[in-house]
Amino acid sequence: MNYAYNLIVALPEVILAVGGIALMMAAAFAGDNHTRGISGAAVTLLVGAAVFALDPQGTGFDGLYVSDTFSAFAKVLIYGAAAVAVLLAPDYFERNGGRLRAEYPVLVLLSSVGAGMMVSAADLLTLYVGLELQSLSSYVLASFMRRDARSAEAGLKYFVLGALASGILLYGIALLYGFTGTTRFDGIAERFAGPTVSTGLLFGLVFALAGVAFKIAAVPFHMWTPDVYEGAPTPVTALFASAQKVAAVALMLRLTVEAMGPAFESWRQIVIFSALASIVLGAVAAIGQTNIKRLLAYSSINNIGFALIGLAAVQPGQPDGVSAVMTYMAIYTVMTLGAFLVILQMKGPDGRNVETIASLSGLSRTSPGLAAALAVFMFSLAGIPPLLGFWSKFVVFDAAVRAGLWPLAAIGIAASVIGAYYYLKIVKTMYFDEPAPAFERVDNKVEGGLIALSALAMSPLGYFLIPALGVASVNAARALF
Amino acid sequence: MNQLGFPILSLMLAVPTAAAIACLYLSDGAARRLALAATLVDFALGILLWVTFQQGAGAPQWQFQEYLPLFGERFAWALGIDGIALMLIMLSVFLMPICILASWTSVNKRVPEYMAAFLLVEVLMIGTFAAQDLFLFYIFFEAGLIPMYLIIGIWGGARRIYASYKFFLYTLLGSVLMLIAMLWMSNDAGTTFIPDLLTHDFPAGAQTWLWLAFFASFAVKVPMWPVHTWLPDAHVEAPTAGSVILAGVLLKLGGYGFIRFSIPMFPEASSALVWVVLALSGIAVVYTSLVALVQADMKKLIAYSSVAHMAIVTIGLFAFNRQGLEGAMIVMLSHGLVSGALFLCVGVIYDRLHTREIAQYGGLSNTMPRYALLFLLFTMASVGLPGTSGFVGEFLSLMGAWQVSTVATAVCTTGIILGAAYALYLYWRIAFGTARTEGAAAMADLNAREAVSLSAIAAVVLWMGIYPESFLAPMRQDIGTIVARTERARPRFDPAFAAGKAAHMPAQAEAHH
Repeated sequence: MNYAYNLIVALPEVILAVGGIALMMAAAFAGDNHTRGISGAAVTLLVGAAVFALDPQGTGFDGLYVSDTFSAFAKVLIYGAAAVAVLLAPDYFERNGGRLRAEYPVLVLLSSVGAGMMVSAADLLTLYVGLELQSLSSYVLASFMRRDARSAEAGLKYFVLGALASGILLYGIALLYGFTGTTRFDGIAERFAGPTVSTGLLFGLVFALAGVAFKIAAVPFHMWTPDVYEGAPTPVTALFASAQKVAAVALMLRLTVEAMGPAFESWRQIVIFSALASIVLGAVAAIGQTNIKRLLAYSSINNIGFALIGLAAVQPGQPDGVSAVMTYMAIYTVMTLGAFLVILQMKGPDGRNVETIASLSGLSRTSPGLAAALAVFMFSLAGIPPLLGFWSKFVVFDAAVRAGLWPLAAIGIAASVIGAYYYLKIVKTMYFDEPAPAFERVDNKVEGGLIALSALAMSPLGYFLIPALGVASVNAARALF
Repeated sequence: MNQLGFPILSLMLAVPTAAAIACLYLSDGAARRLALAATLVDFALGILLWVTFQQGAGAPQWQFQEYLPLFGERFAWALGIDGIALMLIMLSVFLMPICILASWTSVNKRVPEYMAAFLLVEVLMIGTFAAQDLFLFYIFFEAGLIPMYLIIGIWGGARRIYASYKFFLYTLLGSVLMLIAMLWMSNDAGTTFIPDLLTHDFPAGAQTWLWLAFFASFAVKVPMWPVHTWLPDAHVEAPTAGSVILAGVLLKLGGYGFIRFSIPMFPEASSALVWVVLALSGIAVVYTSLVALVQADMKKLIAYSSVAHMAIVTIGLFAFNRQGLEGAMIVMLSHGLVSGALFLCVGVIYDRLHTREIAQYGGLSNTMPRYALLFLLFTMASVGLPGTSGFVGEFLSLMGAWQVSTVATAVCTTGIILGAAYALYLYWRIAFGTARTEGAAAMADLNAREAVSLSAIAAVVLWMGIYPESFLAPMRQDIGTIVARTERARPRFDPAFAAGKAAHMPAQAEAHH
């Protein structure tokens, strides 16, 4: 009974792992002609896993693994975003150099299993195994267009720097284990709760946070992001910017709140520094970019900064900050996926995708619907009301002000004005400039539908989702306290 | 629900919203007609609102209230107006059809989008004035940036892109700090409902910070010197109707913010920092009037005159007495009409000659008598000639401000003289003498569309000048509430004229008591 129960606790990941292995065999025997079928099966598995994830089962594997409302919230986002990344891929690869190989959906599935483990980890080793599984799949995915020098470069850079970050994280884990004698989050929290925190523990905390900060691409561990986002195939970049971000942020929340909660004053300084540095660097460095994927990479760094402001507001017994971060990530995922969906529609005359911002010139006249959707995403990312992106900023700043961190909130929000400049630049290119050659029409009904759906969700109509989102994120946050 | 039995404020928001969406799918001509129809419907609803608004003793302060908790715990769809909001809503719905008419022929690229953007601006303006929830107010207030950014950037003049960025980023930077202050306030007071916040006493120490955060936002919006520099750029580059709506209504959002939030919510801070407002207003009046004198571009001249007039609003608002507040409100309404009308006058001749340079015109009173007559009326109203709306407002404002600071009032009063100088100088160069260019001599007089728009504004300007009671009556009670609320923090009268001492009084007077 006990073992069966463990499997039920991890049911979404079991589904994905078994399904992923089965599809790998199918891919090996059926070959690349059946990529679309395998992709369809992968999407079905992801949706199924998301449905099962909705029903939290409690703790399994002797406290190594936990399935609660928090992991449920994060998993729905992760699996949903991964499903979108699978759906987008076949057309993109066909346009840009050859049919998509059948391993792509399998790798996305494995990466999702890893992400699922990350958010369900209640132990440092579960955390590390999940993170590595997710990362290894990501390295391969980043270099999936192996004949493209940029993609290969992205994969290599990501791998080398990712390995370094894993090493740092592992060192932090070793220190934490050495000074507490346990790898369980609740056990570590007990040791942090003492009157003084030993230097060794503090070192462990700093190293572990540094490793995770690399994963969420927070300053000063952000260097890989622009190159990897630019070089990786666009559907993979979409996956990195959405599913992977959510998983890493959720992991960071669980680690800081469950394992290091009592020492919140120690990690708060780190988080505050990283938040402000990410906001400012993400905003300033994006201004000069000409490649839209690179711009969105800096935008993601900028957005992580805002999410970290929510984390800085976390205090023992105060779930506001956590629920704010989860709301932020939910809205951010939809915005960023929407933006990448629009980027996928940017097709030059030869059918290949283009990525320069200049090619968006006058888009509002050549395809008004697409331009309006991208304008919605840009204003939303900038956090201008009445778009839903405003609400995500609102909740994190609200949490920060409640926690008494109003100077942090004031500096953060003032810096957000710098970021608004480059989002405006995209709107200006689309609306004010003379038209460039038109893109091909959106021929993929699924992609068109997803763009419309995400744009509607980010429009003022999305405000009707706020009560539901609020309840879900508060429930998710309570699971950590 | 309210005296009408249907949610009129939501309806006033819904009509232009629906029309804006519909416009996008229509042809140019149909979009123009639909936009005009929608703004006229809103104007009609506005008149209904005014007619049914209860005023006088015993009338409820907040009327036409609606409350729907649609958006979770943090904020709600709460609408409702008092007399101050009513008057500003009337100003918006009155100017909107005129704006659409002003763009009838002068805008001919991307007309459906243009009309949609204008209708959205109308929705957001009405929403800002009608919002009764702190964050709903912020959303409407801030959202106005998006359509105005597009209006300036797409349909503007040569330096439109620079102007649109400057407008957007300047006003955004001003407003974001206000959001943090609002978050703090809602946590402190435990509510986001504006009527409740108006009676909540914030700790005096925090008030200064909150006041400064709100000031950052509203001072940019008003705009006050030295953060006014976005205004001349935005006005000059915006299309005519864009300038009308900017000067007519969007600047009033700043003044509305002061009278709705800064003064009644933070009376102690307002009193302690009144010198900031007085100093900035005094500088603004003199400096921008002098700058206006030397402008060669008509729109820029009117833009600088707007800064000067809005400075009269701010000193009136911070006078802490009835005359000052009522005067400031009338200046706001009057300036909305008059500067809007002046921008329309510029638009009329710009459409004919396609230049805004004053030196290209001259002698228009010979060839365009009807235009010259209306232009003269608006110039005089801008100067503040008795009988026009400008006089009533400026007189009351300055009279109120005198009771706080005689020095600041004296400085600001020179603005009236300087105002007469630049306005008459402008009128002289454009309307009198002989035409300096052939084009100017050959211009046709007002057509029916232009004549209707300008005459409508002229009628209201005269009405407000001759019988201001119609406009003051709905606001009287609300201004009384604000005066009573701020009474405890009222600054001392600076000349401190004391009542005659008993020693100087005749001895008999003492005996009678």
